[in-house]
Amino acid sequence: MTAVTAPPAAPARRDLAPAPRRRRESTLFFVARHSIAIAVAICALAPIVLVVLTSFMSADQSLTSDFWPHTWHFDNYAEVFRKLPMGRFLLNTLMYSVLATVFMLLSSIPAAYGLAKLRWRGRNLTFVVIICMMLLPAQITTIPLYLWWVKFGMNGTLWPLILPNLLGDAFSIFLLRQFMVTIPQEYLDAAKVDGAGEWRTLLRVVIPMARPGIAAVSLFMFFSTWNDYYGPYLYTSQNDKAWTLSYALASFRGLHNVEWNYVMAAAVITVIPVMVLFFFAQKAFVQGVTLTGVKG
Amino acid sequence: MTTQSAVVARPGTARVRRRRRIRHSLTVLSFMAPALLGILIFLVFPLFTAVNSSLHQFGQLNSPGVWYGLGNYKYLFTQDPFIRNAAWNTLWFVVIMVPAQILTGLSAAALLTKMRKGSSIYRTIFYLPALVPTVAGALAFVYLLKPQVGLVDHLLKLVGIDNGPLWFNSPHWSKPSLTLLAMWGIGNTMVIFLAALLDVPISLYEAAAIDGAGPWQRFRHVTLPSISPVLLFTAITGIIATLSYFTEAAVAASAASGQATVGGGASGSFGYPNESTLSYPLYLYQAGFSQDRLGYANAMAVVLFVVTFLVILVLLKRSKSFTEGAS
Repeated sequence: MTAVTAPPAAPARRDLAPAPRRRRESTLFFVARHSIAIAVAICALAPIVLVVLTSFMSADQSLTSDFWPHTWHFDNYAEVFRKLPMGRFLLNTLMYSVLATVFMLLSSIPAAYGLAKLRWRGRNLTFVVIICMMLLPAQITTIPLYLWWVKFGMNGTLWPLILPNLLGDAFSIFLLRQFMVTIPQEYLDAAKVDGAGEWRTLLRVVIPMARPGIAAVSLFMFFSTWNDYYGPYLYTSQNDKAWTLSYALASFRGLHNVEWNYVMAAAVITVIPVMVLFFFAQKAFVQGVTLTGVKG
Repeated sequence: MTTQSAVVARPGTARVRRRRRIRHSLTVLSFMAPALLGILIFLVFPLFTAVNSSLHQFGQLNSPGVWYGLGNYKYLFTQDPFIRNAAWNTLWFVVIMVPAQILTGLSAAALLTKMRKGSSIYRTIFYLPALVPTVAGALAFVYLLKPQVGLVDHLLKLVGIDNGPLWFNSPHWSKPSLTLLAMWGIGNTMVIFLAALLDVPISLYEAAAIDGAGPWQRFRHVTLPSISPVLLFTAITGIIATLSYFTEAAVAASAASGQATVGGGASGSFGYPNESTLSYPLYLYQAGFSQDRLGYANAMAVVLFVVTFLVILVLLKRSKSFTEGAS
């Protein structure tokens, strides 16, 4: 009884039903809650499980409504690598994600500091423009930008997607700025009293304190580039040597007349690095997601 | 004597001040130059180019245009037989899909706040779909919802519904199918709502309980007012994201139609079936790249810009704390 009305260790805020209830009723609620939660969990997991199970089926069985593989075709994965240059796709994806993330950090951390901690005219206007840039649909500027990159001969490569990050990524600047604003000014003042300039203050004081924020934007950038479909579709669809995993996944169904079991095996190969990264960095990730919304 | 020294000293301090101001400007510039250049190159110039191109008519990609005045806009608003459908589809996504996502995210978050044991396991599981790459998720749903032989139609047969919907292959069910896909990947919305719900002061609930408020009244008069800023933020960013809805619709249409999205004919399956999933951005892309109607596509882009910008203005107006807080 007491365990239900006043959980001792759990944070008090979580208890949203403080009114005392009869024991039978609370047991009923307990069962109801968990039944709903389990049902939701099944809905969340079922498509993922289905993809994994289908990736082990034979080509014929993957066309049926079967859920469980008759025989386990582990060689489907080897077959995907044989049918398609998966290694190259993987390498392209890694190049895109890693370079975009590194370039974004180099340009966006200083910009976020400038918006959060420096005083200058036009700062608020610049921040509003960056918010607009982060929210405006990419399709608005797609056609002019595409024609420019064609002029530079970059069409058919991933560079039009990687290089712009050297000039800041709006979402990352926004998120890092929101994070840096919360760092107390006293720490910066202390560094300045010690004779540090703005750059030294950024490197020695702000970056170490903003490490969770930096981890979050890096993860977001890595994930969004890894999952990007629109960008590779726009610039690399005519050159399959530059394809990324996500784009190839959507495209190779007709390319080699591949069956669903191979599509699902390729999907699993695409998902696994993201999942692994998430489980290592779950805390920073959730913190970052929260930061995007709570400030509103 | 004193006045004279003051006169002599003043230009000196002014010079020092000016030098300090210039040095400060240079410092600011050293931090901001890349980002400011990025705004110019990737926002301002393309916007101007888009507006300029929208007033021209082009024969082919890359050929110089001919002045066309407001002709593209006239065609867009009065004559184009396809734009009404594309705008309607996008409106459908805004009106149905965005609320569906918010309700799912909020319900999942509310459920998590009620769980005392295993809350973190459930949270991870509920969040997991958000990690699945968009393309993989869309393919999984096309497979899951395959007419007749898909798992869902199979389960429907078991409960006696023999003629399940055709899902992604039916013009009536394709948008609801995409909505199901969107409701599946609500992890980020859920995490944001979860933080907001846990931030509601417990004392408010205690006061409401003393006043004899039931669960619904507590939600209506305590929870809802407390989380309304987050709710508004989520709604507006959801609407803006839906205005650029592209990948899910493109991949699902291509997979369901059995075609591959390869090379030049990539946008051939856009909108399948019967243009029912052709969102405004997809139509824009089609106009710009597949049909060489460059000026017209840019006019569509300018209209999209105006609409999105108005939505962003509402967001900036309503949530002031967004831009405040700088020291």
